Formats: sequence, structure tokens, C-alpha cells
Amino acid sequence: MDLKPVNPKSAESMAGVAMSRLKAAKKPAPVAGFVEFEAPRPSFVTGYLPVAERSVPVVSTRLSGRDRVDGWLVRWDIGRMSYAVGPGLYAVGSPGPESVVLVSANYKLSFDSLRKELSGIDAWILVLDTKGINVWCAAGKGTFGTDEILDKIGRTRLGEIVSARTLVLPQLGAPGVNASEVVKRSGFRVVWGPVRARDIPSFLSNGMKKDEAMRRVSFGLADRMAIAPVELAHSWPVPLAAVALALPFALPAGGGYWGRFLSLAVPLAGTAVAGTLIFPALLPLLPTRAFSVKGAVLGVAWGLAAALATGTGWLLAASLVLVSAPVVSFLGLNFTGSSTFTSQAGAKLEVDRSLVPMAVSLALGLALGVASKFLTI
Amino acid sequence: MKSWMYLKNGESLSIDAGRCTGCGTCLEVCPHGVFVLAGGKAVVADRGACMECGACGKNCPLGAIAVSSGVGCAAAIINGRIRGTAPDCGCGGGCCGG
Repeated sequence: MDLKPVNPKSAESMAGVAMSRLKAAKKPAPVAGFVEFEAPRPSFVTGYLPVAERSVPVVSTRLSGRDRVDGWLVRWDIGRMSYAVGPGLYAVGSPGPESVVLVSANYKLSFDSLRKELSGIDAWILVLDTKGINVWCAAGKGTFGTDEILDKIGRTRLGEIVSARTLVLPQLGAPGVNASEVVKRSGFRVVWGPVRARDIPSFLSNGMKKDEAMRRVSFGLADRMAIAPVELAHSWPVPLAAVALALPFALPAGGGYWGRFLSLAVPLAGTAVAGTLIFPALLPLLPTRAFSVKGAVLGVAWGLAAALATGTGWLLAASLVLVSAPVVSFLGLNFTGSSTFTSQAGAKLEVDRSLVPMAVSLALGLALGVASKFLTI
Repeated sequence: MKSWMYLKNGESLSIDAGRCTGCGTCLEVCPHGVFVLAGGKAVVADRGACMECGACGKNCPLGAIAVSSGVGCAAAIINGRIRGTAPDCGCGGGCCGG
């Protein structure tokens, strides 16, 4: 979906203008183009709610098959950077002036995870322009921020639609939003909602009270594995390099070439799987707090297992270990970006201390690999 | 609840007890349960769980909390080093799709 700023000439707006002309004589007519998407309207919009002389798109609380497939693809980094919804105001159910306003990011995965929890609830959804980035990352960057909220309150003229003047923000927006400044500058009170959208129904039915679990970020196995595919997709240079190394290594051509090729390419390419799937799965079990060390330990284990499985000589075994360790260590270090608990100071420390040892180990490993071609130990 | 530990977590976090009124905003916004209220003041109870996201500092109405925040993402830091800028994941990292 390609998103552009409001285009007054878009078909959506034209339709709205035509409609408003038709109905102008009788009653205030809806004004379209209120949410900044271009025609055709997104499939999740089921209709329009006329309110305060404009029309607000009503969104479905059910995810379509397409939503689910797209959401799954996005987890594999396919189309992820353009997976966005138009910023602006949406409605769920039949909200009125007293209904709650839920604030969300315009990353479609965030938006979908919110709306699918809202069946049977009448609410407004104010979608901020976070450039298609999820709430927490956007808050860290400041795009899910105080100014952006004030901008969207102003541009949607939210004050004319709701009288409750209360915004429920996802708690993970807090690094970017100063709640007291929002109140001061807009008159809208901020209530910090739960971390996870699935807790919103019970949060709302409890009079907007959160229990401790609703406040806490979790990082269980399911959370870790949900983000792992993106990391695997990003690690494509590893299998590519593995193939590039194994092709000449397996020479001479002829008898057993492909066997020799596979027995090197598979273990090397597999370091990508070790670093992006096995690493997050075993994260709490791997030793030390440093992701790079956790990764190095896993990499050594991977290299040893590969050497045993393929029955290599000592030199090639040492080579596999010395190559696997830094590759898995680097992929593990990158998982800090997906984790929910790593400070920048700690990540900086790791980057400073680990890159040189990684490079040395890799160079040594490659050298031993070459040596193993010519020496038999 | 088990808290995840990381290197240097929470080292930059400090509360000015003189300014703290014990309003509890930091407890409300912290995703890792770092704070508790004790004797009408917020205190750091689990420093190692603090990832320095900056939510508490941003929202303390009295400006009593100082924390140096930033994305704890190695790719962003490496990117920044290469370009000679502040850590910047450029939205290409796995983090932003989570």
C-alpha cells in the first residue's frame, strides 16, 4: 500500500465532495479524505461514520485472510517497510462523544493487533504517522511523540468529535510522549494503556486500571520466535558466502564433488539458522549476559557438532569452529535490536569489545580452512 | 516475574529524591518494573532490569528522573559508527518490525 499525504484530488475526496454537495441542503454532510489514504479504500474499512460534519472510516475488528497472510509475510521481512495504514481517525463499532480514543502507530501489524481485540467495543482509533514503524521503536525515535499526537489531534479536529477528552496511549509509547505536555497543550488527558493490545478489553472493562502483568514487557519463547524470521531473512549473506566458499573448496571436480560441497556448505550456511533461530530460542540458557558471548558459545557448539557430523579432520574442524563462532556471535549481537531489555550503553560496550575478536577468529578460521586443503592432519 | 539482565543496564538511571513527590508515574510507564514506591518516594528496586528506554525520564512531572536513553541495538550502533553519526537503525533492523 502506497501512502501519500492528503491528496484533495483523490477519488476518495472527490466522492466525499460530491456527496457533500448532494446533501448540503438537508444536513451537514460527511467530508471524506479525513484519513490520509488514497482510493481505493483499504479492505479493513467497512464503511463511514458521519460525525461532526465529516465521515470517519469504520474499521473491521476481524482480520481477513489477506491481513493474516500479509502479516505473516511481513514477519519474513517481505513488504515490511511499506506495511502501513493511513494516519488519522478511525472508528470501531459505533463510537460517540463519550467513547474512548485509542492511540496507535501506523505500522499495519500494530494497527491490526489493536483492531482485532476490539470486537464489541465502541472506540475511536487515532493513528499517528510513525512512518510504518511499531509503537515502541517509533517512541524511541520520537515519531510516536508528543508533537505528532498534538498534530493529529489538531488535524482530525478531535475536540469536535469527543467530549471525554481522554486518550489511551499504549504504554510502550511513553519513551516518546510526555503526557503532561499533551494535557497542557491540547486539553486531552493521557491514560497509559496496557503494553499488549490483547489486554485492552479487560483494561477498559476494569475502568482503565492495569494490573502489574499488563505493564510488563514479556520476552518469552513465543515473543522471541515471532521476530526471529526477520533476522533469518536478514542473514542471507551468510548462506551466500557459504556457497561461495564451498564451491572452490570442494574442488577438484568429479568424484564426490557435490558431497564435499554439501558437507562444507551446509554447516557454514547453517550458522545463519544457529544465529537467528536457535540463538533466540536458547537465549535465556546461553551463558553470560553479553549477546556476543552467548552467540560465540553457540557458534563453537555448532562448529563442533558440524565437524563431528561430517567427520572432518582436525584442521577443518578447527576451521569450522573458528568460523562459526564469530558468525553466530555477530548474528546474536544483532539480536539486541530485537530484544526488549538491552540498554544502549551495554550494546555499545559489546560492539566495542567484540568486533575485533570476531574478525580475528574469522580470518584464522578461513586460513585454517585453506590450510586443511593442502595439509592432512 | 523473572527479569532479563544485560550489561550496564540502568547505570545511567538516577532519581532526585528531593524532587520526587511519589506520584507513581514512573511505575506506570516502566515496562520492566524497575521502580517501587517506598516511604512516599519512588526508588529503583531492580536496576539491572532497566533498559534505559527513557519512558520514566520523559514523563516524570517533576523532572526528578535522569536517564540517558537510546536504542539498545548493536546494528544501530555499528551503523552510527560507520556513518559517523548517532546510533541509527535506519528502520532496517529487525527491531522495528517486532
